[in-house]
Amino acid sequence: MVLKVFFPSCCSSADSGILIGRWISEQNSAVILAVVHFPFIPVQVKQYLGEVQRVTKVSVSVLGSWSNSKQEKEESLSEFLEDLGTIFCHEPWIQISKEGDSKFWSCSTLQKHSKDPQEEEIVLVYYDQRKVMLSHLHPPLDTAGQRAEDASKLSAIFDTVARSRLLFMTDRYDEGPIKLTHWQSDGVEASIIVELMKQASVPACMLLTFLLSLLSGVCRSRVLKFWPLSFLWSKLSTCEQLGHRLQHLQVISSNKKAQNQNQLMRKANIFVSVLIDVALGILLMSWLYRKNRIGHLADTLIPVADHVAEELQDLLQWLMGAPAGLKMNRALDQVLGRFFLYHIHLWISYIHLLSPFIEMILWYVGLSACLGLTVALCILSDIIALLTFHIYCFYVYGARLYCLKIYGLSSLWRLFRGKKWNVLRQRVDSCSYDLDQLFIGTLLFTILLFLLPTTALYYLVFTLLRLLVVIVQGLIHLLVDLIDSLPLYSLILRLCRSYRLAAGVKFRVLEQQDGKPLRLLMQINPLSYGGVVQTYRLPTYSCYPRDSWASLCKKLFLGELIYPWKHKGEKQN
Amino acid sequence: MAEERRFRSASGAPIALRRRQHSASCRELAVRGPRLQLRSLSAATSAVWLAAYGLFALSENSMVLSAAIFVTLIGLIIYLHFVKIDQESLLVIGSLGIQVTSSYASGKESTTFIEMGQVKDVVINEAIHMQKVIYYLCILLQDPEDPQGVSEVVPLFQSSKPRLDCLIEVYRSCQEILEQRKTAPQSS
Repeated sequence: MVLKVFFPSCCSSADSGILIGRWISEQNSAVILAVVHFPFIPVQVKQYLGEVQRVTKVSVSVLGSWSNSKQEKEESLSEFLEDLGTIFCHEPWIQISKEGDSKFWSCSTLQKHSKDPQEEEIVLVYYDQRKVMLSHLHPPLDTAGQRAEDASKLSAIFDTVARSRLLFMTDRYDEGPIKLTHWQSDGVEASIIVELMKQASVPACMLLTFLLSLLSGVCRSRVLKFWPLSFLWSKLSTCEQLGHRLQHLQVISSNKKAQNQNQLMRKANIFVSVLIDVALGILLMSWLYRKNRIGHLADTLIPVADHVAEELQDLLQWLMGAPAGLKMNRALDQVLGRFFLYHIHLWISYIHLLSPFIEMILWYVGLSACLGLTVALCILSDIIALLTFHIYCFYVYGARLYCLKIYGLSSLWRLFRGKKWNVLRQRVDSCSYDLDQLFIGTLLFTILLFLLPTTALYYLVFTLLRLLVVIVQGLIHLLVDLIDSLPLYSLILRLCRSYRLAAGVKFRVLEQQDGKPLRLLMQINPLSYGGVVQTYRLPTYSCYPRDSWASLCKKLFLGELIYPWKHKGEKQN
Repeated sequence: MAEERRFRSASGAPIALRRRQHSASCRELAVRGPRLQLRSLSAATSAVWLAAYGLFALSENSMVLSAAIFVTLIGLIIYLHFVKIDQESLLVIGSLGIQVTSSYASGKESTTFIEMGQVKDVVINEAIHMQKVIYYLCILLQDPEDPQGVSEVVPLFQSSKPRLDCLIEVYRSCQEILEQRKTAPQSS
């Protein structure tokens, strides 16, 4: 079988020594992790490897010898290296030698106990140790949750390098008995800023946890649980968004270290998302409060509400006449029209009552935009909902009236045909009615049928208006959800350090020379942007739309109230 | 050693197959499609600009012209970077796996590597494509639960669509290497 040797490209220029790494016998491959230089005492090397094995749980052992001779090949050195094979007995003993600056190395194996001593082909695969160590392999989604022993061969290699971090702590310039060369040999890398931030984050997290626990204690207090207030909180989307953000902050500020990659990425994503959100919110706030734009906004709010009310009044006058050439039932028309006109009059009076306070309320409410752009958008959505409350009321009245009419009609239609709805059996049964029942039933049926166009028209108009408002609110919520769930940290990582998120590997064939082993370069194949978003999406609190198109149309036809954007955790009605 | 032979694609366009043997168990097969023709590029650009000039003559709005230039540039960049595939190659490494690469005209390369343990076989299949029946080469992936089953079919050379003679050459080269893993002692 073919022997695969994974050699770190940082060790290409290392001095002669022995190779240590992990031998994966099922795949007939050797993953070289570092080179130990002369002089060394074999016993100490074995001891060191035993310790490393115990701590990292990776079966590190001496795999072979590496000779890098600057001048011509030295015979004595090669014999010495072969003798080393007897001290560190490993089957097979790999010998790699590099002459001068040649790219083409000679690689051979020594098998003492093999049954058939045939020359097996050797494949030399170079890999970038630092990138493979830091990278995280993402298996394809459909194979997630497979058995561990069937894990892909490449993930075994990634795993080996990632878990051997302890091995990379000491290197050849340290004062120990073992002198290693690996990716840190160019100089141990660390960043002062990162270290300082790590030190500062512990007290910051504790402070944040304390503040958040106070806040959540206040929120959960009994005072806020009384019926009118709790109803209000559940209806306002701003409170939901604030609660969601509070949860996020609690996740970030918790003291437990992230167990695995997913949790770490989630914490980082939430942190960056909250940061960007607050930054955008402060930007919006500074824009709003400069040149007193908030004052202008408050000044235009009342005229806009007035204008909407006037438009509605015109609409109702049009409906009370002959809308689109249709002939309405005059009496019912006048009743409904006057009823709705009176409602609009009440609404306008309330708005005018509030008008002196609008500017101040808006000024203070606008300050809460500093909590985040999502909060500002939710406030906008709530303001729209409050301003169009009369449209919602009209829709409910129209829908209820229409619904009653439809149910009455269907029940009387059954009476017309001599049938009845059996509540026990949930089906239609035949029934014998008395003559006076039939007479009254038919009369009522006729009345309801001829009044249907009027009610249907009012219902249609107000449903369309309500749907318009719902669509606008839905778009705002869609934007809020997008900002909430986008994994910004993962996307930036994919852009700047694409080797951290790996979908797989890719191989490139390097220059070959006859008689020398096959040389390949293993590079990391990064995850696509779509894959990144799909894997690391943050969960949001809303799930919509609730109904499919067919059931929505059915509800509209029957006059049942529709609430297309339903939030998770709300009781189904 | 490298050799190159000319073939035709399913739609009649000339394509070239290049075979390189890097070692006893490593082979690279690359199919290169026809390059972007200057003729078709200038024809498309002139058509768009003539239409824009006609609209400008009708509406007297100079924004139409700048919009047409913008659209042409963006369209060309999108075409070169996402649509036009110059070369599709297959790298078969006996003990490691099969790597499928598509190189786009703008230089972008999109690579997928399938490990040898997941590969069940490489076969030539027939498919109905629009009004024609064409042959295509595909890799059958092993189903982890069922040793006889196939979990996925990965079609190769989808944009260049070589004809059967070219596919047979590629098939033979692949099978020579895949057979080696059957003769080698399997260690599970």
